[in-house]
Order: sequence, then structure tokens, then C-alpha cells
Amino acid sequence: MAQVLDKPMTSAPSLPPAERTARRRAVLEWIAVHALGVAAALFFTLPFVFVFLTSLMSDSQALSRDLIPQVWEWDNYRKVFATPGFLTWWRNTLLYAGLGTVLTVVSSIPVAYALAKFRFRGRSLSLMLVVSMMMLPPQVVIIPMYLFWAKQLDLSGTLWPLIIPMAFGDAFSIFLLRQFLMTVPDEYLDAARVDGCGELRTLIGVVLPMARPGIAAIALFQFFYAWNDYFGPQIYASENPGAWTLSYGLESFKGAHHTDWNLTMAATVLVMAPVILVFFFAQKAFVEGVTLTGVKG
Amino acid sequence: MTTVTLASKRRRAALVTAAFMSPWLIGFAVFFAYPLISTVYFSFMHYNGLQPPTWRGAQNWTYVFRDYPYFWPALRNTLWLVVVMVSLRVIFGLGVGLLITRIRTGAGVFRTLFYLPYLAPPVAATMAFAFLLNPGTGPVDSILEAIGLPAPGWFNDPAWSKPALTLLALWGIGDLMVIFMAALLDVPREQYEAAELDGASAWQRFRFVTLPNISPIVLFAVVTGVIQTMQYYTQPLIAGKVASGVIQGAGTQFEPGFPERSTLTLPQLVYNLGFQRFDYGSACVVALVLFALSMAFTAFLMRRRGGLNLAGD
Repeated sequence: MAQVLDKPMTSAPSLPPAERTARRRAVLEWIAVHALGVAAALFFTLPFVFVFLTSLMSDSQALSRDLIPQVWEWDNYRKVFATPGFLTWWRNTLLYAGLGTVLTVVSSIPVAYALAKFRFRGRSLSLMLVVSMMMLPPQVVIIPMYLFWAKQLDLSGTLWPLIIPMAFGDAFSIFLLRQFLMTVPDEYLDAARVDGCGELRTLIGVVLPMARPGIAAIALFQFFYAWNDYFGPQIYASENPGAWTLSYGLESFKGAHHTDWNLTMAATVLVMAPVILVFFFAQKAFVEGVTLTGVKG
Repeated sequence: MTTVTLASKRRRAALVTAAFMSPWLIGFAVFFAYPLISTVYFSFMHYNGLQPPTWRGAQNWTYVFRDYPYFWPALRNTLWLVVVMVSLRVIFGLGVGLLITRIRTGAGVFRTLFYLPYLAPPVAATMAFAFLLNPGTGPVDSILEAIGLPAPGWFNDPAWSKPALTLLALWGIGDLMVIFMAALLDVPREQYEAAELDGASAWQRFRFVTLPNISPIVLFAVVTGVIQTMQYYTQPLIAGKVASGVIQGAGTQFEPGFPERSTLTLPQLVYNLGFQRFDYGSACVVALVLFALSMAFTAFLMRRRGGLNLAGD
């Protein structure tokens, strides 16, 4: 197929017939594959396009069957920001996602390192339990956890019951980083140890610089997890709108502006946009992280 | 003398290990083991958060299985989602993975476009689809009617609400595409060349070369898909709430699973029982059912070779 693109088609007539049919088939295949690609691209992008176009319509037009705005109402975005609470949701989301990510990364690194590089009794059991925690729906333990945070520590109406646990390692981050650290050759660690480095210095001085892509992946995943989380804020923050996050608040937006699909879609764009922007800056780390979860040992 | 230093060295190593593992050890005890045992305890208690818990024996269990009208619909929906949504996601993800490995021109652009929906926050994506699939006025129905096809009621029609959720799930296929793409690129080229020399057709090459090579990843995708379905919460909840026009706020009551319980999943029952009806005991029964199902699939995933590779040990 690559040859088809490299060589100009004008050279085809001088070729023997067998090669000519092969080349013609390759061109047809190229066309078929790319036509399918365009069809798939439409399926994946049109929802974004329609949401964005609707976010720029007038109230009444958003309820009509029109697909393209008659008048482009950029003012809709100002209205969304002016909605009471919207900026507070941003602040809360950044606090939850930002602080949560830092705590997760700091607390998960040593655990992942121990599981990848230390030999100790109970290691495979620990690893199995980490995977089990990773697969566990959060609803399984939510009743006792809620009673613990809300009734015993009186922290309902805040995001702290969601942030504090992140200081104690996150199962998915530990697993992902452990998979990544398995690929760091032991020789580097042995060399550091021979030079008289303790485990902590080996981790910070030798392993961490090499593990940067893995750390970037767990940081991104944790950030997106918190950004997207609906269940956590619903359980702990719902009674206090001052503690709502974007994901939780977004749905109430539809309620506050009954049928204003245009403003609701503008708010939807504003919740999606940061995630997409971050992705464009950190594409590689993200895709590597997804691959690591399933494929490599 | 030597034995003493060896023993103290070992003790030091054990202490270092414990120190490195400590964040997770504490997290495991406080946020997993303790609440899990408490969930079992509460499943036998009557507790509404106001009066102290009292012993109730198996009554919560019989209530959930026999009298709670949402349990069996939720379990049936889960089964539907496991069979239809998970298998379509795997087939479609594999298809898109195959397609992306064959695209030569603009591969990077296509891959990014296919991947982006996976990143859309679930609430935002569900709100977007609730709008796109709005019966009558949504863009999708407008287009369907324009080309002369019937326009379904989607999230407002019990027969169409789960297909609508499936459509949303297919849109967010990016993670599977990446995993399948990596697996497909790992298939040894020589096997394809050998098959071609033997005169194998495209389908035969897929059936006898590609599939056997990527079958561990297909299994991985199926089992993680099933586990994700056990946790399926935000999308069906938001779809039901937006379609039914419920306005959210503290203490809002809403009929779970709108329309006609067709979008109920097990995690929603924990919320309904625990945080809407304040019947923490019965909520814990559902939580334990959820636990049993999730752990069964996790055990399966970990036992299969290649399913979830913990090796390298």
C-alpha cells in the first residue's frame, strides 16, 4: 500500500498486466479504507459539532429542528459563566482534581515501586488485592464509608471525603505504574545500590526520572477520574451547592434553565473543553497509559 | 556473628518494604477491608441513620430479592447490557482498531478523532446525547425523518433507552481502539505472509491469523467490559433524569430507571435504597450482590493466562 502512494500512477501503464491489476486493487482498497475512515470520523465527531452549533443558537432555535444557528449567539457563553455557582463549580473541580492527583501520585509511587521491584512475602497477594480493589464498584463500600465521613467526622457537604482517601494510594494508579516499572531494567537499580544508595534515593534519583511517562499517565488518569466523577460528589456534596463540582453541577444546569438547550449545551462544551485541551498537550502519555492497562506485562 | 547481621539486614529490608507499602496498607484497611466487613454487618441490621442499628436477621435480604420492585429489573438490565452492549463494544472496538491500522493517509488525525469521545466526561456526554436523541426535535431524529426513516423515542421509550445507551457506549470506544490497535500491530507479519502464500482470503487471514493472536486481548476486553457494566451508573442515571425532566437539587426524589425501570442498574439501587429511602441495611444487600458479581469476574480475569498479565514475576 505504501508503494502505491510513493510511486506516481503515471508509471502504471508500462507495468506487466498482473502487477497492474495488483496495483489497481491496492488503489481500490485505499479508497475503501479511507471512505470507511471518513464515515467513522463523522460518527465520532458529529455529536461534538451538533453540541457546539446548538450552544451558539438562540433559545427558541435550539428547540427547533435547525442544525445551524441563524444568528451566532456567542453571548451564550457569557451567560453560562454568569450563572450563579458556575465559577464555584470550577474552583471545586480544580481543587478535587488537582489536589487529588498530587496526593494520588505521591502516595502511589512507593507502593508501585515496592510491588514491581522488591521481593517479599505477600507480594503476589498484595498485587491480587490491588487488582480486586481496582475492579470494585465504588457502591459496594459506600454505605459504611458515607456513615464514617458524614456521621463520625461530620464532613458531608464537602469534598474532603473524596480527596483525603487519595493520600493512601489509588489501586488503578498503583497497578498501572507497577506495570510500567516492571519494564525498568534491574541493572540500573543494582548499580545505584552498589554505589551505596538507599531504596528511597534509588527511587527518587534513578527510577523516577525513568518513570516519567508512567507517572504522567497515572496523573492524567486520576485528574480525569476526579474531573468526571459524578457519584462521589453526589454522595458527599449534594446537600451543599457550594461544594458541587462541574460534573455534578452540569446536570442541575438543565434544571435551572428548563428548556434552554442552547445554554445547557454551552455549559456542556465548557465541561468537555478542558479535558480535550489537556489531551492535546499530553496525547502520548495518555495513549501509552491505555495500552499499559491491558496489553503489556 | 554473620547470622546476626543477616537477620538484622532482613529486618531492615522488611521495614523498608513496609514503609514503601504503608500508604496502600492503610488505604486497604480503612477504605476496603473495614467498610466491606461493615457492609456485611449492616446487611443484617435495620438502620436508617437516626436510631441505632437493630438486628433484623435475613429480612433485608428477603426484602431486596422478593419485595423490592427494582431489583430484578436492574439485574435483567445488567444482563442485557452485558450481552448486547459489551459484545457490540468489543466488536465495534475491534473493527475500528482494524480500520485504523489500515489507514495510511492522515492516520494520526483519524486516530485522534476516533479517540476523543472516550475523553468526554460521562455527564457531559450523556447530556449531549440526551439532546442529540431528544424525541422529535433532536438533530438525530430530524435527520432520520428527513431521509424518511422512523424516529425512535430513544431515552423516553423503554424499548429504545438501552439501545440509546449502547449508542453512547459505542461512541466512547477510544480506549478499546487503542488496546486493539497495539495488539494488532504485535501480530507477527510473517504469519500473514505465510497465509497469503497459501492463498488464504482476507477473511481466512483474519480468522486463522489475526483472531488467534489477539484472543487474549479480546478476552481482556470482554471481561473488563463486564466489570465496567457492573459499575455502570452515571450514564443511565443522567439519561433517565434528563429524559424525565427531573430538576436536581439536594434531597431531590426521582423515579429510578426512567422510563419504566428500563435504565436501572444495580449501583443505582444502592443509591436509591441508601440515600433516598434511608434503608442502609437493604442498600448493603445490593452492595454485596454487586461485590459478589464483580469479584467473580475479576477472579476469572486474573486466572486466565494473558487475560490480565500479572506475570513478569
